[in-house]
Amino acid sequence: MQRAEIVKIINQFLAEEFEISESALVPQALLIQDLGIESLDFVDIVVIIEQEFGFKATREDMLNVKTLDDMYNFIASRV
Amino acid sequence: MRRVVISGAGIYSTIGLDLNSVADSLYSGKSGIGIDERRKEFGFRSALTGLLDRPNLKGLLSRRERIGLPVQGEYAYMATMEALGNAKIDPDFLKSHEVGILYGNDSSSIPVIEAIDVMRDKRDTSLIGSGSIFQSMNSTVSMNLSVILKLRGINLTISGACASSSHAIGLAHLLISGGFQDIIICGGAQEINAESMGSFDGLGAFSVRQDEPAAASRPFDRARDGLVPSGGAATVVVESLDSALKRGAPILGEIKGYGFSSNGEHISVPNVEGPKASLVKALKAAGMQASDIDYVNAHATSTPVGDLNEGKALLEVFGACNTPVSSTKSMTGHEMWMGGASEIIYSLLMMERGFIAPNLNFSAPDEALAQLNVVPETLERELNTILSNSFGFGGTNSTLILSKYRK
Repeated sequence: MQRAEIVKIINQFLAEEFEISESALVPQALLIQDLGIESLDFVDIVVIIEQEFGFKATREDMLNVKTLDDMYNFIASRV
Repeated sequence: MRRVVISGAGIYSTIGLDLNSVADSLYSGKSGIGIDERRKEFGFRSALTGLLDRPNLKGLLSRRERIGLPVQGEYAYMATMEALGNAKIDPDFLKSHEVGILYGNDSSSIPVIEAIDVMRDKRDTSLIGSGSIFQSMNSTVSMNLSVILKLRGINLTISGACASSSHAIGLAHLLISGGFQDIIICGGAQEINAESMGSFDGLGAFSVRQDEPAAASRPFDRARDGLVPSGGAATVVVESLDSALKRGAPILGEIKGYGFSSNGEHISVPNVEGPKASLVKALKAAGMQASDIDYVNAHATSTPVGDLNEGKALLEVFGACNTPVSSTKSMTGHEMWMGGASEIIYSLLMMERGFIAPNLNFSAPDEALAQLNVVPETLERELNTILSNSFGFGGTNSTLILSKYRK
C-alpha cells in the first residue's frame, strides 16, 4: 500500500468520524494536544486500523504514536 | 414535607416527537403501531411494534458524547432537551446548581449483541470499540445524560421492569419532598428493535392481529389478544415548588402521591391485591379519597390477565365513583421502561388541554369489568387530578397521583 493511500484513509477517518477539521490534519500535528484525541479514542483507532489495514495494533504500539506522521509511519511499517 | 411539582416535560414517541404533536395525537386517537419486517425474518410470532425513527444527533453532540449512547439514549437525549427547554433550565443553570437524574431503563440489547459478535468473530476484545461499554450497561441513559448535561446531583438508573420510570418519578418525589434535592431530571427510555424483543415474543405475550396494526392494542376490550411492544423516551423535570417559583418556571402539575407495592407471587402473571395496594397507598400518600381522582391512566397493556386484574383492582377502589379510565397504550403500544414517565406526560397534556384520550379499539368489556368506566372516544373533560398506574414483571407496582397546581 502506498503511503499516500494510508494518509488518505487515516485523514478521512479523522475528518469524518472524529469531526476534525481537514486543515488541522498536518503531519506534525500532535494527536492529543493539537487534534484533541483522548485516551478512549485510541481504542477506536485500533479498531479502524484493523478494519482498514488488516493488522492488529496494540495499545502499547499506540504509546509511541505521538503525531499524525508517527501514525502514518507506524501503519506503513506494518502493511 | 415540601411540595413537589413538574416544571418541564419532553417526549420522543411513536405518536409524536414533541409535546404538541403528541397532544394532537392523543386527542385525535392516532396510533403509532406498525409492522417490522425484520421480526418476520427472525421468526417472531408477531411483527407488530411501535415505529420510531432514530434521531440524528450529529451536530448536536460531539463524537465522544454520541458514541456512548445506545438508541434509547438518543431518544432520551431528545426528550430531555425538550423538557429542560420548557423548564427554562440552560447549561449555565446546570453549572451553578445541584441537579440530579433518576432515569428508568431496564435493557440495552444491541451494544451487548454487537460486542459479542466481535468477540466471536475476531477473538479480540480490543476490536469492540470504546463506546460499547457505555452503551451496554443498564445505567447507560443516566450515565450518559449526566455527563452530557454536567449534572452534579443524584445520578442513578431505576430498573423496575415496566414500572421503571414511574418509580423514578415517585422516588424523585420522595427525595425532593424530604429536602434532599431540589431538582431531579426523571424519565424513562425504551429501545425499539427486534433483538431486544425476541425473548418476550417467545412468551407468546404479543398481539398477533397483524392484518390491522392500529387495532392490535385493545386494552380492556374483550377481544384483546396481547400487547404490542413499543418505545421511545419521556422526560419530566421534578422540582420543589419553592425552587420552581423562585426560578419563575412553568408548573405543569403537582405530584401529590406515590404508591408502590410488590405482588409477592408470580414472575409474569399479575394479581389483584398488589396493584390495589399500590392504588390505596398512593391515595393515602396524597391525602385523597377515590372520589378526588378525575381520571385513571391505566397500565392496561392489552393482555388478557393483566387488564382483567388491573380492572378488578380499579373497581375495588374506584367502583363506587365511576371514575373514567383509559389506556393510552391503545395508541402507543406498551412503552415498557418508558411507559411510567410517558403516561404521566400524556396525562399532564390531557389535564392542560381538558380532555381524556380515547382507549382505542374498546368495543365490549370482560364480564367481570362491565362496571369499569372505560372511555372509548375522546372526551372533553376538565381534569384537576389524575392517577397513573405502571406495573412490571416480578410484580412491581407503581402509582402516581398528580394535580393541577393550585396556590
